[in-house]
Amino acid sequence: MTTTGEHTINITLKVWRQKGPQDKGRFETIPVQNVETHESFLEMLDQVNEKLTHEGKDPIAFDNDCREGICGMCGCVVDGIAHGPQKAMTLCQLHMRKFNDGDVIAIEPWRARAFKVIKDLMVDRSPLDKIIQAGGYVSVNTGSPQDANALPVPMEVAEKAMDAAACIGCGACVAACPNASAMLFVSAKVSQLALLPQGQPEAAQRAIAMVNTMDDLLFGNCSNHRVCEAVCPKEISIVNIARLNREFMKAGFASEAV
Amino acid sequence: MQLDGKTPSGPLQNKWDKYRFETKLVNPANKRKYSIIVVGTGLAGASASASLAELGYDVKAFCIQDSPRRAHSIAAQGGINAAKNYPNDGDSIWRLFYDTVKGGDFRAREANVYRLAQVSNNIIDQCVAQGVPFAREYGGMLANRSFGGAQVSRTFYARGQTGQQLLLGAYGALSRQIGAGKVQMFTRRELVDIVIVQDKARGIIVRNLITGEMERYAADAVVLATGGYGTVFYLSTNADSCNVGAAFKAYKKGALFANPCFTQIHPTCIPHTSDYQAKLTLMSESLRNDGRVWVPKDPTDSRRPNQIPEEDRSYFLEEKYPSFGNLVPRDVASRNAKEQCDAGRGVGPTGYAVYLDFADAIKRDGQDVIRRKYGNLFDMYQNITDDNPYETPMMIYPASHYTMGGLWVDYELQTTIPGLFSLGESNFSDHGANRLGASALMQGLADGYFVIPYTIGPYLATNGVSEVTADHQAFHDAAQKATEQDQKLLAINGNQTVREIHVKLGKIMVENVGMARNAAGLKQAIEEIKSLREEFWQDVKVPGTASDYNLSLQKAGRLADFLEFAEVMALDALERDESCGCHLREEHQTEENEAKRDDDNYCHVAAWEYDGYGNTPKFHKEPLVFENVELTQRSYK
Ligand SMILES: Cc1cc2nc3c(=O)[nH]c(=O)nc-3n(C[C@H](O)[C@H](O)[C@H](O)COP(=O)(O)OP(=O)(O)OC[C@H]3O[C@@H](n4cnc5c(N)ncnc54)[C@H](O)[C@@H]3O)c2cc1C
Ligand code: SF4
Ligand code: FES
Repeated sequence: MTTTGEHTINITLKVWRQKGPQDKGRFETIPVQNVETHESFLEMLDQVNEKLTHEGKDPIAFDNDCREGICGMCGCVVDGIAHGPQKAMTLCQLHMRKFNDGDVIAIEPWRARAFKVIKDLMVDRSPLDKIIQAGGYVSVNTGSPQDANALPVPMEVAEKAMDAAACIGCGACVAACPNASAMLFVSAKVSQLALLPQGQPEAAQRAIAMVNTMDDLLFGNCSNHRVCEAVCPKEISIVNIARLNREFMKAGFASEAV
Repeated sequence: MQLDGKTPSGPLQNKWDKYRFETKLVNPANKRKYSIIVVGTGLAGASASASLAELGYDVKAFCIQDSPRRAHSIAAQGGINAAKNYPNDGDSIWRLFYDTVKGGDFRAREANVYRLAQVSNNIIDQCVAQGVPFAREYGGMLANRSFGGAQVSRTFYARGQTGQQLLLGAYGALSRQIGAGKVQMFTRRELVDIVIVQDKARGIIVRNLITGEMERYAADAVVLATGGYGTVFYLSTNADSCNVGAAFKAYKKGALFANPCFTQIHPTCIPHTSDYQAKLTLMSESLRNDGRVWVPKDPTDSRRPNQIPEEDRSYFLEEKYPSFGNLVPRDVASRNAKEQCDAGRGVGPTGYAVYLDFADAIKRDGQDVIRRKYGNLFDMYQNITDDNPYETPMMIYPASHYTMGGLWVDYELQTTIPGLFSLGESNFSDHGANRLGASALMQGLADGYFVIPYTIGPYLATNGVSEVTADHQAFHDAAQKATEQDQKLLAINGNQTVREIHVKLGKIMVENVGMARNAAGLKQAIEEIKSLREEFWQDVKVPGTASDYNLSLQKAGRLADFLEFAEVMALDALERDESCGCHLREEHQTEENEAKRDDDNYCHVAAWEYDGYGNTPKFHKEPLVFENVELTQRSYK
């Protein structure tokens, strides 16, 4: 069913096609007709893929899953901006009404030394998981905890921790950073746990382990460009990076003292 | 086949203790010799993998997404129930148990549900210790709210992102075990078969989604935590990759599938509007606390909603259910919305939507209060629909959301295949014919953190370490079969895309196996599904090859399963000639269109046994015995 009286636009995609990690890759130009403006960006790509499939061509590979801005699986650079032109929005939540008839739209994968392109717009973000594996948790075994209310947490603290915990691990911050640093991502997790009493015993060790792992995995350093914050769909603040630096310094002193 | 739920004897309150005391333990020094495969890293799978690894087992975990953190559990918004009774408002383990059994319309096993309520409190303790930032009161204590019409406030939440925060907690625990080398994590893998050797589950075949390769993994036991099958309706609130594949492969290998027709349709979702729409986004149930549901009285009324005066509106839920009003359970709200739309009173471009209006709440509490409560949801709604819900009512319509049916499991969460276990939404265990809000997260984590670590032990201790490796012929045969299916799909080269055929299946299911069902419609659906299946195998078009990332091929495989599974769903709905919970058979309703149960004939679990491609599966019954609660008729008048 098509809605009556609704807008449609015609656009041209310049989309990155790359068969695999070894392939050099190139932009392909694809004209797309009759895009309904209340389609989401990914629905527009679905529409393109349906057409390519009918033509017996290889559809454009892109990652996505929840399509409601929470799983962190989607993400491409659209017209030079990670997750596209709309602030605080994942790509799956961007809608075509933000574009105009006749627009030429460039779509590229996340580009960062630590993220290899798998195919077309898909990249390998497993280094982000490895950073978490290095210490992005509280070491507590199942079954051991005390009653949940035995440990009061002031409301403001819980709220701040929640702000940091909202990171969806999409990697846009890395893609946007001129140094391809994962600092915003790391700082979000370090902050969440350092703010809460549960996370404090391991706070120092956690910050060191995560930052070191980030370095080992070929992410760059943070030199305060703040582009990460600008593209983050969850508005994770760079205040978290300052907090991470504090934890890291404390950790440095602590380890020197030993 | 005699279905034995293995419910321990004795008083309800003591069953779980008794079970834990009487079962055989695995010697701690031996645990590392046992390998366990866990498929899925949602709440159920991630919590299970982490807990089993902590105990010392050698765990291999698998998921479809590029990271275990992205399982569909991440999308849950509203909250998680527990019987903590922190607000001192009369909650207890017994009340949570009772509400869950009653909410499920008395179609779940008492003992399983009681255990769920018992361990619910441990879940909250565990999550808080992990650093899950639950909402707090000013004094620093945990905040609770009432959810889904419950009369006590037992729901814990983290803004509108409870599922995300709980999953990230479990993902943290899992990551810790991966980092420690206790869990091997395999991402971007899709289960395509389960390998049975001498009647026991001994491993799995997965497709490596990047290389296309069929990989073989052996273990001493296999745990499926692969989520629900709501996407059988095509459009749903579920994520794109949700599928029935893993559970269905288990079914084809001999595991019984229980109550497949019990599916939940959520009343408050953003309606279907465009051809390429990929999902129906959920608007949290909490909105019904302040929003009023209405439609114009006159089907031909084409005025803008704000121009329709009070006297020309029908607040149909408030009118029909004066005491619960807009807060009636999900199935009741959904069915009534559909009824209004079927009668031509629906609104919006398709006529399949009703208004959810906040004007009165805004007038009463002010925009700020409403913004504080629902700001995120209102923004999300506006972003998707381009309508401002502060100024004009939202439009909502029911959508497929959750599936109560699933693999039949006993008290140990073991399927009818020895060594094959099923957790979370993929089993049928605790919600009967209808799940209450905020109880799925509870069940997933209960199964993973607190049940399976105990109940898998006896199986392993009794059966010992297996000699079977992934080089066993059964693994090669299964991998070969999966490869052949791929080749077959690629060779059809027909005219319809996978999506086009899935849309057709969705239509059949929504129309005949959705919110209201009747014998004629179900019989028709079965015929239509059969012919659509034929059509699929003759006319689907899957481009590309099998030795590469090929989403069309993945999706074709999932749809092939749905096209068989949908028939079992319809068959189950036909066989259950009563109404209960979410399953409304139009032949069986009260004068007020409420579900009319038939406890004399249908107080059982329906479990289906595969009997070969295209054949009608065999039907089995597990009678449900209620020793602790009295079966009453639900009434929300
Ligand atoms: C929008 C939305 C909101 C919700 N809100 C709430 C709420 O507020 N409260 C509540 O209690 N419940 C809620 N629910 C329900 C709840 O989120 C789910 O029932 C629950 O999270 C399911 O968890 P799970 O671990 O069983 O499965 P999932 O989280 O679905 O995880 C399935 C896992 O299995 C993997 N998998 C699946 N198939 C395969 C395969 N073939 N091969 C390999 N891996 C596979 C996936 O990769 C994934 O890791 C909501 C559901 C939706 C859709
Ligand atoms: S910090 Fe923001 S941009 Fe970076 S991974 Fe998290 S959500 Fe994505
Ligand atoms: S698809 Fe999940 S965040 Fe976009």
